[in-house]
Amino acid sequence: MKLEILRALNEERAARRAVVVVTVVESGEQRLVKTADVARDPLKDLIEAHVRSGKSGMEETPQGRVFLTVHVPPTRLVITGAVHISQALAPIAKLLGYDVTIVDPRTAFATPERFPDVNLIAEWPDVALPPLGIDHYTAFVALTHDPKIDDPALLHALSRDCFYIGALGSRKTHGRRLDRLKEQGADAGALARIHAPVGLNIGAVSPPEIAVAIMGQITEKLRKAETKLAETKAAEIKPAETIMAEAKAS
Amino acid sequence: MLATDQDILDAAESWRKTGRGVALATVIETWGSAPRPVGSNLVIDEEGNFLGSVSGGCVEGAVVTEALDVIESGKPKTLEFGVADETAWKVGLSCGGTIRVLVEKID
Repeated sequence: MKLEILRALNEERAARRAVVVVTVVESGEQRLVKTADVARDPLKDLIEAHVRSGKSGMEETPQGRVFLTVHVPPTRLVITGAVHISQALAPIAKLLGYDVTIVDPRTAFATPERFPDVNLIAEWPDVALPPLGIDHYTAFVALTHDPKIDDPALLHALSRDCFYIGALGSRKTHGRRLDRLKEQGADAGALARIHAPVGLNIGAVSPPEIAVAIMGQITEKLRKAETKLAETKAAEIKPAETIMAEAKAS
Repeated sequence: MLATDQDILDAAESWRKTGRGVALATVIETWGSAPRPVGSNLVIDEEGNFLGSVSGGCVEGAVVTEALDVIESGKPKTLEFGVADETAWKVGLSCGGTIRVLVEKID
């Protein structure tokens, strides 16, 4: 590997951008494909699939066998709400390799006793979130049920292109939330990205079960191609307007 | 401290920049159960110092030895390790899998 490629590779990794090294096995020829350049690469589809799965691997191509070394940033989970569900969600997410941060300005909730070994920030989202550098490799979940805390955090997560955004609350609660966020200037397309009611529909009842449902949905969003998601979810995903209309009618 | 993948590649870059001969070993294929996934890295310098892993510690010694050759010659090598290997008693994978490792010089 040329030092030049290694240097560029480390630069991309430090900036938390996905990057792939393509090595042609026969010739030993190597190239670095940055996220921004994937669309123009002759191996576009293969590279996209590998980036999505986060797995390196050997592939047969018209140019011969190539080895794709995939580097994706470690995923993070940011949660608003140092609540009962978060107490289960944080360790589950850690087990799955996520860096977990919990934000809750209510100091009665955000205590180290309740959340050992978790990055806990007892601040309002407008103070706590910007320095975290939330990005596409971050999942965000709003769990406080308090609009003063969840709403600004959701707007921040939307503006940072989080790969997953979820918010606790019934359809009715979510309908009202969408109204508020719209008033604050969020567009319907962006709002449709919020998963609410949060989590996979597995009939979860207890806080740890809800945590499992949330983590399952985050994993699905991380690993499944958009097209496949669309196929399986076509019936479930509704435009924000529909959700709001339904909520008002109910 | 446990070395992360980021640390390993950063080490490769900084070792090379200080003028040391450096090789990078990458697991490129695995069959059966393998201790480290495809893409795992081991970085080796000309004195045999190394960081990272390509197996559970079973074959690192052999990879380091081969890496010294690669640093010397500049020519990449592909190594295969598995229980079917006749050197299995010396360097083999206890888990019964087979791995193929690419060793290349950083230049």
